[in-house]
Amino acid sequence: MLQMTGVKKTYRTELVETYALRDMTVSVNDGEFVAVTGSSGSGKTTFLNIAGLLESFEHGTYQLDGEDVSRLSDDERSTYRNRKIGFIFQSFNLIPDLNLFENVDVPLRYRRLSKGDRKQRIEHALETVGLASRMKHVPAQLSGGQQQRVAIARALAGNPKILLADEPTGNLDSTMAHQVLDLLEEIHADGTTIIMVTHDQDLAKRAERNIHLLDGRVAAEEVADQRSVAA
Amino acid sequence: MFRYNVKLALKSMRRNVILTALMIAAIGVGIGISMTTMTVYYMMNGDPIPAKSDVLFAITMDSWSPLRPFNDDKPDRAPHQLTFHDAERLLAFGEGKRQTAMFESSLIIEPVNEDELPFEAGARVASADFFSMFNVPFIYGSGWDQSADAAAEPVVVLTKQLNERLFGGKDSVGERLIMQGTYFQVAGVVDTWEPTPRFYDPINGAFQEINEMFIPYSLTLALELQSAGSDWGWKSEDITSFEQWLNSESSWVQYFVELESPRDRDAYVAHLDAYVGEQKRLGRFERPMNNNIFDVMEWMEYHEVVANDSKVLVGLSFLFLTVCLLSTIALLLTKFVGKTSETSLRRALGASRKVIFNQQLVEVAVIGCAGGLIGLLLAAAGLKGIKVLYEAPDGLVSLDWVMIMTAIGLAVVSSMIAGLYPAWRVCKIPPAAQLKTQ
Repeated sequence: MLQMTGVKKTYRTELVETYALRDMTVSVNDGEFVAVTGSSGSGKTTFLNIAGLLESFEHGTYQLDGEDVSRLSDDERSTYRNRKIGFIFQSFNLIPDLNLFENVDVPLRYRRLSKGDRKQRIEHALETVGLASRMKHVPAQLSGGQQQRVAIARALAGNPKILLADEPTGNLDSTMAHQVLDLLEEIHADGTTIIMVTHDQDLAKRAERNIHLLDGRVAAEEVADQRSVAA
Repeated sequence: MFRYNVKLALKSMRRNVILTALMIAAIGVGIGISMTTMTVYYMMNGDPIPAKSDVLFAITMDSWSPLRPFNDDKPDRAPHQLTFHDAERLLAFGEGKRQTAMFESSLIIEPVNEDELPFEAGARVASADFFSMFNVPFIYGSGWDQSADAAAEPVVVLTKQLNERLFGGKDSVGERLIMQGTYFQVAGVVDTWEPTPRFYDPINGAFQEINEMFIPYSLTLALELQSAGSDWGWKSEDITSFEQWLNSESSWVQYFVELESPRDRDAYVAHLDAYVGEQKRLGRFERPMNNNIFDVMEWMEYHEVVANDSKVLVGLSFLFLTVCLLSTIALLLTKFVGKTSETSLRRALGASRKVIFNQQLVEVAVIGCAGGLIGLLLAAAGLKGIKVLYEAPDGLVSLDWVMIMTAIGLAVVSSMIAGLYPAWRVCKIPPAAQLKTQ
């Protein structure tokens, strides 16, 4: 599903060069649930942004769903993001003055689907996360956990090949965090590939594989069944 | 997508009401002021008779003094009016398809109702062709015919307003009224007719109301009708009778002719030259031959109906609009900065730069549209103010559909131009910029 080889990413200002990723080589299989862990500044978010085609990189190659997406134009990346990738963010990133239906509708609008198709997908996605009855509510009327479920519904509505979650439980208490993770596991069980960035080791252990980053490189990988380390 | 963008625009406008109101106000004031000046300019500059403006011609012939030109500042110009004698001769030749000699006068009307006092009303003394030449619309009856002209019949055509005053607005054709001690029979009543500018007589005021009634030019001698408009003379003449006045070198008759083709126009100029040549042999027209014919728009330009001040005013008002739009750009930048995180999210979810750019432009267009509507209200108020202040005719200070659509179009287009830079800035926001910090 995802194959990054020798990817380098540097942030430059007039005074400083920061190496966010150095020779990053990662592979994620179809239908896998991978957790990416690491301390602050280890490159987790940069990795996720590059994986989600939100940022470009200087060196290396990146294949997504069998296609080389290393040098796509900005428009092509937008189309890819819209059709193949679902995003879940730590702070939910819902648009406050749109109701739940409209929030889930946002990525579908850019896909130019018919009104009926969009409606069906939105209702199904909200049903999946258990919020179909509240589709006319605005985000402020929901708890944090419910808002994150709406964000998951938004990511699911487009039937993505891969779901990228950046600290999806970071703003939730432990009960809600586990509910959200239960939901992600259900989605994974249906065959969706998930990459989740987290620094919560307990949550990371629920993934099939844990990739640990250090200074922009893969420092260790741990497979759930074997819990073996391969640095 | 357009409808979706309009919906998003309305939501976005509600999100920051004060900022939105400021932008709408800035555009509204700019549009209001520029549309006020532009409307006046447009009405002044408009073609008052588009169907015939290129076949109607005003005539001038230089019968002025051999010692100095009619206009010292513009020595190539002939008097704008003809002598009665010359007008009579041109009418008699009848070389054009239609022609009218005319002047402004005023007569005392003795009302049919004895309770009312006599009153003075402005009259246009003209030939029968006046009505058909200038496409005058009638609510009742019609103009008089050539035979009435030839027989100098006392007939009158009333405006709607005068007919209302004299006959309560009823069909008064055939009714009689007394003017100058003579019974006049009503031949017709003119429907609303407000040519703006009043092209057939810019000499006595291009933006005056039309005269209240029309009577035959051929009555001039019989009723000793005096001109109430401009008259110009250069020759010291011993005038003791009305007949002598009519035969004097004073210029006070306006003359229009209808000519259908350029060939007719050339033939008519040749005819004028021949006439003046003949007059020269009789000792008149001592200046060099200087006969001119002007179509309607040339005639308006000749009389500088659109004053230079108006052009300057329009320019200044558009400068003001530019200042308003610059303020709008600043406000839009402020507004769009507040939308960075939403834009970043939309980009992440698949919106291309073009889609984001279009979304912002639609929002600006909606703001511009609202500004245009406010501007229209302000323009209407401004024009009302001008009407009250300068007693301008309705035709000059009213917004027609062209101007209404121009106002909205100008507001939308100019605000979209103002929105280009802010929209471009927004669409350049990278998708990952604000996702972590929301």
